[in-house]
Amino acid sequence: MSEAQIKSLEEEFEARIARDEKIEPKDWMPEKYRKTHIRQMSQHAHSEIVGMLPEGNWISRAPSLRRKVALLAKVQDEGGHGLYLYSATETLGITRDELFEQLHTGKAKYSSIFNYPALTWADIGAIGWLVDGAAIINQVALCGTSFGPYARAMVRICKEESFHQRQGYEITLKLAQGTPEQKAMAQDALNRFWWPSLMMFGPADADSPNTEQSMKWKLKRKTNDELRQQFIDQTVPQAELIGLTIPDPDLKWNEEKGGYDSGEIDWDEFWQVVKGHGPCNKERMKARVSAWENGEWVRDAALAHAEKQQDKKLNRAG
Amino acid sequence: MKKEWPLWEVFVRSKNGLEHRHFGSLHAADAEMALENARDVYTRRNEGVSIWVVESKNITASNPEHNAELFEPAQDKVYRHPTFYDLPDEIKHM
Repeated sequence: MSEAQIKSLEEEFEARIARDEKIEPKDWMPEKYRKTHIRQMSQHAHSEIVGMLPEGNWISRAPSLRRKVALLAKVQDEGGHGLYLYSATETLGITRDELFEQLHTGKAKYSSIFNYPALTWADIGAIGWLVDGAAIINQVALCGTSFGPYARAMVRICKEESFHQRQGYEITLKLAQGTPEQKAMAQDALNRFWWPSLMMFGPADADSPNTEQSMKWKLKRKTNDELRQQFIDQTVPQAELIGLTIPDPDLKWNEEKGGYDSGEIDWDEFWQVVKGHGPCNKERMKARVSAWENGEWVRDAALAHAEKQQDKKLNRAG
Repeated sequence: MKKEWPLWEVFVRSKNGLEHRHFGSLHAADAEMALENARDVYTRRNEGVSIWVVESKNITASNPEHNAELFEPAQDKVYRHPTFYDLPDEIKHM
C-alpha cells in the first residue's frame, strides 16, 4: 500500500470513529490503534487477574459465612472479567500465551493499586469501596469506547461490578459502627487506601501525553483529572456518612466549582510503584508465575487427553 | 512454542423462545471443557438456559473489505419494503 493510500484509509477510519461507529476486529485499523488497544486492554485484563491475589488471601479468613460467599463471588467475577478482556484482546491478533508472557516478564503492566498489601479485614472493605469504586468510574467511561469487543466486555463488567463496591462499603460501614477498635481498623484501611486509589486514575493531565490520542479513539471520554475529581466528589460524602475521615488535610468544598479541592498526590510514590518498587510487586509476580508454572502439567494433560479422545473417535469412525 | 488450548466461541440462549446469541470466547482443551468453562465464565448470574460452543477455527467469516459488493446491492431495492407501495387511505390495516 502506498503512503497516500494509508493516509486516506486513516482519515476514513478517524471519521468513522468521530461518527460514533464501532470498529470490529476484522476491520482495517492503523497499526498504532491495534498496538495501543493491545496494551491497554491486556493491562486491564492483567489488573483483574492480579487483583484476585490481595483478596484471595482473605477468603478463608472472612469473619462470617455471609462475608465469605460474597468475597468468593467477587474474586470469581474478577477471574471472569480477566477472561472476557483477554479474549477481547486476542481478537487483535495476539495469543493468550503471548499475553501471559508479557505479564510474567514485566513487559506488560497492571494497575499499581494491587501492589499494596491487604493487611487487615478492614482492607477488604476499603478495596471494594474505594478500589472497585475508582475502577467503576474508569470502566463506565469505557463502555462507549470505539473498539467493539472492548466496549462489549466493559458493559458486562460494569453490570457485574456494582455489587463489588456495595459489599466493600457494607464491610466498612459495619466496622465503623462497631467497637472503637473496629472503627479504628476501618479508618486505618481508609488512610492507607485513599491515596493509592486516587492514583488509579493515572498521572495528572499535564503529564499524560497520550490523553489527546486516547480521547480521539474514545479510549478515554474524560481526562484523568476529571475522573479523579468525580471519584473524590462521590466518595467524600460516603465517608462522612459513616463517620470516617478522608486522610487529606487540604480537602475542602469549593462552592464555585461545585466540587472538592484536594491535596497534592505524592507522584514520586506513584512512579516508584509503577516501576516495580511498590510494597508487593515482587510477591504478586511470584504468586502469579508460580500458579502458571505449577498448572502447566494440568494444561498439558488436558490437551493430551483431548487429543487421545479425538483419535479414538476417528479410529472408531474409520 | 508450546501448544495452547484451542479457542472456542460461546453462544447462549438466555431463555426459551429466544435465539442463541454470541457471548464471547474462551480457551478449552475440548468441547466438554469448553461447555463447563462457558458456564462458569458467561452464566454466573442466570444468563442462560442453553449453551453452544464451537471451535473458533470452524467459523468462516465474511471480509469487511468486501462489504460493498456483499451488502450495497440491497440498498436500492426499496420495493422489498412495504412502504414502497401506494395504497388508498381507506385501507387501514395491510
